Amino acid sequence: MSTQFRSDKPIFIQVREQIEDQIVNNQLREGEQAPSTNQLVQFYKINHATISKGVTQLVDEGILYKKRGVGMFVAEGAKQKLVQKRKQAFMDDYIIGLVQEAEKLRITENEIIDLIKKARKGDKA
Amino acid sequence: MSYAIEAKEVSVQYKDFTAIDQVSFQLKAGKIHGLLGRNGAGKTTLLSVLSAFRKADNGTLTIDGENPFENPRIMQDTIFIFDQQKDLEYTYDKVGEMLKEMAYFRPNFDEAYALQLVKKFKLPLNKKVNQLSKGKKSAFQAIIGLASRAPLTIFDEAYLGMDAPTREIFYKEILNDQEEHPRTIIFSTHLVSEADYLFDEVLMIHNGKVLLQGTNEQVISEGFSLTGSLEQVDAFTEGLEVLNSQVLGGTKSVMVYGGLSEQQRIAADQAGLEIGNLSLHDLFVHLTKGEEE
Repeated sequence: MSTQFRSDKPIFIQVREQIEDQIVNNQLREGEQAPSTNQLVQFYKINHATISKGVTQLVDEGILYKKRGVGMFVAEGAKQKLVQKRKQAFMDDYIIGLVQEAEKLRITENEIIDLIKKARKGDKA
Repeated sequence: MSYAIEAKEVSVQYKDFTAIDQVSFQLKAGKIHGLLGRNGAGKTTLLSVLSAFRKADNGTLTIDGENPFENPRIMQDTIFIFDQQKDLEYTYDKVGEMLKEMAYFRPNFDEAYALQLVKKFKLPLNKKVNQLSKGKKSAFQAIIGLASRAPLTIFDEAYLGMDAPTREIFYKEILNDQEEHPRTIIFSTHLVSEADYLFDEVLMIHNGKVLLQGTNEQVISEGFSLTGSLEQVDAFTEGLEVLNSQVLGGTKSVMVYGGLSEQQRIAADQAGLEIGNLSLHDLFVHLTKGEEE
């Protein structure tokens, strides 16, 4: 099994997230052709069924769409949709853990804000 | 074109030794089936029955609805690639000539594709087959297996002697050509970790019996790892099938077989246990380890 996947999360979700990342980062632009299932199988060395499961979810959510006999493409508005979704997940995935850890260490809100500002400047705290 | 296979209680006996013991399974048409088993598990015996090289002693086998044994239609459409290094020692024809001749025996043989593969595998067309190195001989056989496009294509540890980059080319070609020309492929291997992504379905055999069969995903989803404090892990895994366990200080990590219900998943989470995935390789190694441990 490929080492680039974490073992604590279903792989089809990770595949799907990697494709999402490419769209959010503009590596895959709207209207452009997305990699085929077979290309993804060979790239990630992950079984066909697993890849299809991740890709099908993206198709169901209107991020990708299929053109018969041609392949898969990134839908218009896909990036916007993904950014919106990720913003909603930002709270759960990052902020809640951050606040909990800060409370454990008794870091005040102002200190957190200072740390964020430092991180944005690229300094190490 | 691709053929479905059904085996019902097939057995093969070598004198006192039962190599295949009443196995039943179905292989779907048009899929890549991984046949996994340890040395001596019965892989080659089973495959030689499927390819009609020998008759089963008991049970029934049908391929595309017919008994394959001495069946000209099925046999012409079945190709069995196995280790023929010894036979190839006495093959004095040149690579290019041999490939040309294949078209007489294999109705779907695509010579142009075979020549493309010759380039990819870097085989010398003008060299005699018996003068090829071991790895190149295997590549030569792999080319015949792929370019024959037989509705039932069997590769029995066909990678033997190929180096890692060559195996990679071989795997890639299987996927690419299968996409354009679907057929039923059976691929036996014990190099599970590097080929697992090829398989749509998995058939694992052990001591002549079927150990498990299912889609790659089904099989993998049966296994998981759990890591946490020794007491918590022990409490949680009571009554579960533990394949393997490791202890480091107060931490224990176990591999479990048998799937996990949603409630169990939540319970494990609440107990602070970390749940991970297992690979087909992990399952193969630990499900087939025997009395020797």
